[in-house]
Amino acid sequence: MTNIDVNALANAKAKGERPYFFDDPAVERVLSITMAVAAEVAVLRERMDTIERLMESGTAVTKASIDAYKPDDNAARERQEWHAAYVARILRIIHQELQALEDESLNVSSKKLADAQADQ
Amino acid sequence: MSAILPPTYDRTGRHGLTPEVTHDDAARFNFLTNLNVYLGQRVFPGIKQAFEKRVKPKHLARTGVDFTSHRDIRDEMRADPYYQAWAALRVNTMEMRQQAGRHVVLRQYDAMTEKIRAANAGKNTLQLDDKVTVPEYLSQVDNHWMPGSYYGEIVPGDAGAVASYEVGLFVTTAGSMSAFGDGAGRAIVKFVKERFPNFQPKRILDLGGAFGINSLPLAAAFPDAELVVMDVGAPALRYGHARAQSMGYTNVQFVQANGEHTNFPAESFDWIQTTMTLHETSANAVVNILKECQRLLKPGGLMLHLEQPNFAPETPLWERFTRDWDAWYNNEPFWAKFHTMNVFDLMADAGFARDTHFDGRAKADIEAGRYQPWAGTLSRHSPEQKAAMSQQESARKGEGWYLFGATKST
Ligand SMILES: C[S@@+](CC[C@H](N)C(=O)[O-])C[C@H]1O[C@@H](n2cnc3c(N)ncnc32)[C@H](O)[C@@H]1O
Repeated sequence: MTNIDVNALANAKAKGERPYFFDDPAVERVLSITMAVAAEVAVLRERMDTIERLMESGTAVTKASIDAYKPDDNAARERQEWHAAYVARILRIIHQELQALEDESLNVSSKKLADAQADQ
Repeated sequence: MSAILPPTYDRTGRHGLTPEVTHDDAARFNFLTNLNVYLGQRVFPGIKQAFEKRVKPKHLARTGVDFTSHRDIRDEMRADPYYQAWAALRVNTMEMRQQAGRHVVLRQYDAMTEKIRAANAGKNTLQLDDKVTVPEYLSQVDNHWMPGSYYGEIVPGDAGAVASYEVGLFVTTAGSMSAFGDGAGRAIVKFVKERFPNFQPKRILDLGGAFGINSLPLAAAFPDAELVVMDVGAPALRYGHARAQSMGYTNVQFVQANGEHTNFPAESFDWIQTTMTLHETSANAVVNILKECQRLLKPGGLMLHLEQPNFAPETPLWERFTRDWDAWYNNEPFWAKFHTMNVFDLMADAGFARDTHFDGRAKADIEAGRYQPWAGTLSRHSPEQKAAMSQQESARKGEGWYLFGATKST
């Protein structure tokens, strides 16, 4: 066995200065960690889906049967639709920021309305 | 606009060197693929809105004049919160793909290294040359955030983590490179057979062919020809040679050389191909490579390059900004300069007569019958275009490219 540190090598930094786009690099760091965790939630969800489908078809649930499972067209479609809905759900705030950008009328401030009414 | 559902990862092609991908690896790749589709189709178009509604009005209010440079657009976009989110997610998604692909390959390091060693041992179709050095334009940064690039070794003499590029390619391109990742090579074959129906090359050179992912379709389309896949990176060639052997190719050689100045004899090839290679070199190297193509081609021989199209004088600033993005933030620094170069002048300066020049467009050729019938794919370089297509339609159309070339006068 070659003695390589797989986890460290898989995480290797590519050569080149990494661009940080947020004003505070800590925000970028938190986003990066959050997205990595989000990926692992998706992995768990897909694994659960596989287990359910194996059980439904009466196949013994083993590590090997999980790794060997290949979704048929319908199952694959349902699983991709889940991924699409999941990604949309975790990136909801970005979708809403874009809507607010496109339609000014979505940005009326309740605080200003409240202050204006209270001061009348 | 209907959302694209990409094909699932289990539909990617496998060969004798493909590492084992577990259920959870595939699930992770499915997540990343869907994330890329969402970023391309849903989030990316919004950065234009952020520009029109916020960044441009602010700029006009401050300076009184419209933008005159796409680099100013770049610098002023940096302050926009919507753009920040898209850009940060895009870089991060690329890093996640690299990490996931590397983990698959590196945890099987011993098994894969042994397979590659066994496939390559004693074969004269793999010709390495330790006098070939990696040019600075390849070593200064790792292109597209691929740690170690195509030349880095983990243990001297190995294939590095080059295989991770193939493992993760599906994710970044959402399947638009076809099931074996060879959609560009397949598109080239189609283009050449249509444009030059009588062309029967005997010797073909793929300059900068890396591990041959887009070279092998050329060998398959012209089985009587001898194909040389050439690159500076020994790890890519080691992996590529073993990979081609496992796929049963007997007419392909993998040769280590620098395409700017090789040891091949003059007039020894009928066709020289580069595929997504020139934009990862340098202004000097492009000139040298084209001159070397002129030297190596037989009279009447064909030179063909596949790239994204360069800028025309009328290319809008916004398009320049989005298309130079990979140069600034995906670690492909020469691309910005290359976008401004006139490929016809370059070919003429290298000795290719102008009346032999040609260009054209090609779409990735996606192999039929591999993806699910409902699946769609998304072009990495122009996600807006694909978004307008029906899923059925887009399933057969992948990434779009620009091809240019010339023939050597007889
Ligand atoms: C983006 S990769 C493209 C690889 C392949 N053509 C494909 O379609 O995937 C560019 C490749 O060009 C190689 N390259 C760059 N400059 C080169 C040179 N001067 N001589 C030989 N190879 C070169 C790099 O090592 C890298 O493998």
